[in-house]
Amino acid sequence: MPFIPHTADDIARMLQVIGAQSIDDLFDEIPPALKTAALHDVPPALSEMEVGRLLTERALRDGRPLNFIGAGAYEHHIPAPVWAIATRGEFYSAYTPYQAEASQGTLQLIYEYQSMMCALTAMEVSNASLYDGASALAEACLMAVRANRGSESRRILLPLTVNPTYCKVARNITGNQQVEFEAVNFDRRDGRVPLRALQAYEGQDFAALVVQHPDFFGNLEEVDQLTDWAHANKMLVIAVVNPIALALLKPPGEWGGLAGGTRGADIVCGEGQPLGVPLASGGPYFGFMATRMQYVRQMPGRIVGGTLDIEGRPGFSLTLQAREQHIRRSKATSNICTNQGLMVTAATVYMALLGAAGLKRVAAASAQRTADLVRALCQISGVSAAFDAPRFHEAVLLLDRPVAPVLAALAERGISGGLDLCASHPELGHALLVCATETKTDADIDVYARALADIMRPVRVVRDSN
Amino acid sequence: MADLNLREPLIFELSKPGRQARSQFPPQPSVPESAPATWDIPAHLRRGAPPPLPEVSELQAVRHYTRLSQLNFSIDTHFYPLGSCTMKYNPKACNAYAMLPEFLGRHPLALEPQGFLACMYELQEMLKDITGMQRVSLTPMAGAQGEFAGVAMIRAYHRERNDAARRQIIVPQAAHGTNPATAAMCGCSVTEIPCDRNGDIDIEALKSAVSHETAAIMLTNPSTLGVFEHRIEEVARIVHDAGGLLYYDGANLNAILGKVRPGDMGFDVIHMNLHKTFSTPHGGGGPGSGAVGVGPRLSPFVPVPLVGKDGERFHWLTERDVPQSIGRLSGFMGNAGVNLRAYIYMRMLGREGMVRVAEFAALNANYLMKRLIQTGYEAAYPMRRASHEFIITLKQENRRYQVTAMDVAKRLLDLGFHAPTTYFPLLVPECLLIEPTETETKEELDHFCDAMAVIRREMEREPEKLRSAPHTMPVRRLDDVRAVKHLDLAWKPAA
Repeated sequence: MPFIPHTADDIARMLQVIGAQSIDDLFDEIPPALKTAALHDVPPALSEMEVGRLLTERALRDGRPLNFIGAGAYEHHIPAPVWAIATRGEFYSAYTPYQAEASQGTLQLIYEYQSMMCALTAMEVSNASLYDGASALAEACLMAVRANRGSESRRILLPLTVNPTYCKVARNITGNQQVEFEAVNFDRRDGRVPLRALQAYEGQDFAALVVQHPDFFGNLEEVDQLTDWAHANKMLVIAVVNPIALALLKPPGEWGGLAGGTRGADIVCGEGQPLGVPLASGGPYFGFMATRMQYVRQMPGRIVGGTLDIEGRPGFSLTLQAREQHIRRSKATSNICTNQGLMVTAATVYMALLGAAGLKRVAAASAQRTADLVRALCQISGVSAAFDAPRFHEAVLLLDRPVAPVLAALAERGISGGLDLCASHPELGHALLVCATETKTDADIDVYARALADIMRPVRVVRDSN
Repeated sequence: MADLNLREPLIFELSKPGRQARSQFPPQPSVPESAPATWDIPAHLRRGAPPPLPEVSELQAVRHYTRLSQLNFSIDTHFYPLGSCTMKYNPKACNAYAMLPEFLGRHPLALEPQGFLACMYELQEMLKDITGMQRVSLTPMAGAQGEFAGVAMIRAYHRERNDAARRQIIVPQAAHGTNPATAAMCGCSVTEIPCDRNGDIDIEALKSAVSHETAAIMLTNPSTLGVFEHRIEEVARIVHDAGGLLYYDGANLNAILGKVRPGDMGFDVIHMNLHKTFSTPHGGGGPGSGAVGVGPRLSPFVPVPLVGKDGERFHWLTERDVPQSIGRLSGFMGNAGVNLRAYIYMRMLGREGMVRVAEFAALNANYLMKRLIQTGYEAAYPMRRASHEFIITLKQENRRYQVTAMDVAKRLLDLGFHAPTTYFPLLVPECLLIEPTETETKEELDHFCDAMAVIRREMEREPEKLRSAPHTMPVRRLDDVRAVKHLDLAWKPAA
């Protein structure tokens, strides 16, 4: 019996202690009419060897395309120690550290994680993770509505440069709590949120402005201006950031404050996947969130704190639990319970291995690779860059024809060529979002450029004779 | 004594300026004609001082985190009878095959991967079969998000019927905290109803609670009291007759796998905790996966994406295919890798293995309950069969020896066992909620009983030993009050 250790003798002795005739007796409180007939859609058991063969066949069917898609999930090199540590049974098969004394490993690791995220974002406190970047933005919006005491509003300014899926998820999760979103347009020339687009909202009551940086198109926003504008209009600033980029870019805790206003974003969130978590068809990833100390009691999710034991020795435990569902029930900051602990384990080891210098190298190499890619692809007739703003490691390209067939043709050559933006941003025309990270070599970029040039070759009316 | 050596410094304390794990740095790309791209970043958008991250060697990092891991209890190292959490063995094969490079390397927006989608499609089909539901979505990322999806669908259903005033969610007093918290997140109010002496729902209280404002009742069955709600069909009738729906919190699905199907009990929606019943790892607090199953009433509203099949080809179903969907709840398609692990587990268990899960979980729970009663402990519901878990109440011991459930829990750590869930459900005083799961041997359960017998003797003779426990862990009992009063939530570099 798979994973069940009982011998016939065990079963007999245990039933005897219980005072039951058979295992079936243990289910005698279930009304007989409710009992299930045999399952029919669950196939018979496979041994480990058989299941291994099945999964290997399916994995091989999917193959390993050369990937140039980003759009919220990024392919970075993952150092071998990261998952060697994260899959140790002591981390992998432990539960939430409710029994602190028997969970100091997980607790200290989360404390180190929180410290690292504070360091990267230049914020004061971080939680122990949320589900993913998109749901983290939803939670950030709910938090902003609670935290902004200067605003009566449940409305949030959400620029169209924010990842469109994040916008959908934020609406879906907050909708039943009457949070409303106002879409803010971007400048069609540089793809960024211009101050003039915000001026229409001056004097109106909004709880927060969301700033994604680098934005969905890969462009760098004028974060200082946006932050100061929001603060001048009594809004909180929710920063959606890429943690790898923060090794290179001014951290959200230092945004703005130029004209004597409050310095820094108020809530920082994003997708933690770039920090050592594999792409894996979309998850599990993890969402991160950091804020100012003054808002810590409004923050959702678990938080680990340092304390002392009864002998005065330092240790760690879950803290500020009065915010959480298992204590506060319907008055909790969120219903979140299980988070993404194992992904945080991976991210912590990743950040420890890379350090500030290594992360900066990864960030700079990714930016360089994307610049190389854009340069190579834009040499192809019918391909141009959509925007002229400074960017990080993604770019929108415009094609002279529909994107979907081009991507399909690239896929046939083993290349994942990017994301077609026709559904999310039809106003851009035939727009393609591409990304290259440090994992791409000159040869990889060359393979993509040649394939695209071949696919985009003008159709010849007269064939060469040969 | 040797205690001081048990403390592992913070990674920041191991740091030394200039030290690097150099082989993890990417090569500097050659820059042919133009300047490096990073020079294009205007000065005012660049970072000034580098973030204060640790600077350590690869060995230092590996040793540090390996040592930290050794401070944990886990299923792989200890019996972990944490009630309501289903801490069963996580088969190594599930992880090994989910981590095949083709699966790990796949970008979620790459063209539809047929091998992976075949697994997800079959997982949906198997979960439908097990729960008796019409449609399954694997999108929710944990139990609480599955609950959110369920209640959001319930609200969408009532709204669609022009009955949007239904905002009342009924929960039993013993419900998981996520149930009322979820109701609040979905803009609903919460009515708690009591349980009777046998641990069943107070039917009269239910009858007087339902009205034209009732959106749904949220239930676990077996309940968090560890007993099967026998009048479930009557509960279903009362709520449905009042125009409300039934939500099944699948936290306790392990108890009834292959025995009873929530769909057959009359439930309209269920979330499953794949990290409990289907043995994906708990990972120190996640990731989980909270797949939802729905009956005919809620089928149009399921969260996307789902996996569909056209002939031999698998594809994602999106908002376009499910126009009344409550939409997306995650950036991509939920915790795909967790779902893959659950799929592998289910294939290894197979049809016949599903039923055995419930049977042996029940055998272990009932055996352990009986043995603990023989050891002198009081079961909260001794007249009932245990499901996959049961409750011991220490209210007598608390009165007689001034020891608490928490003291017993901490002392168990000293004796080599992870503690059961303490103080949940809230309505049973000084309680331990104990869930052994089907993967433990009789010997392990007997050792646990031996430890509980030792604790019983200590209660009588030296209760102080319990009150000051644990004694052998890396730290003694921690001061949670201090942790809140003097918030220390991040290491800071010396000024």
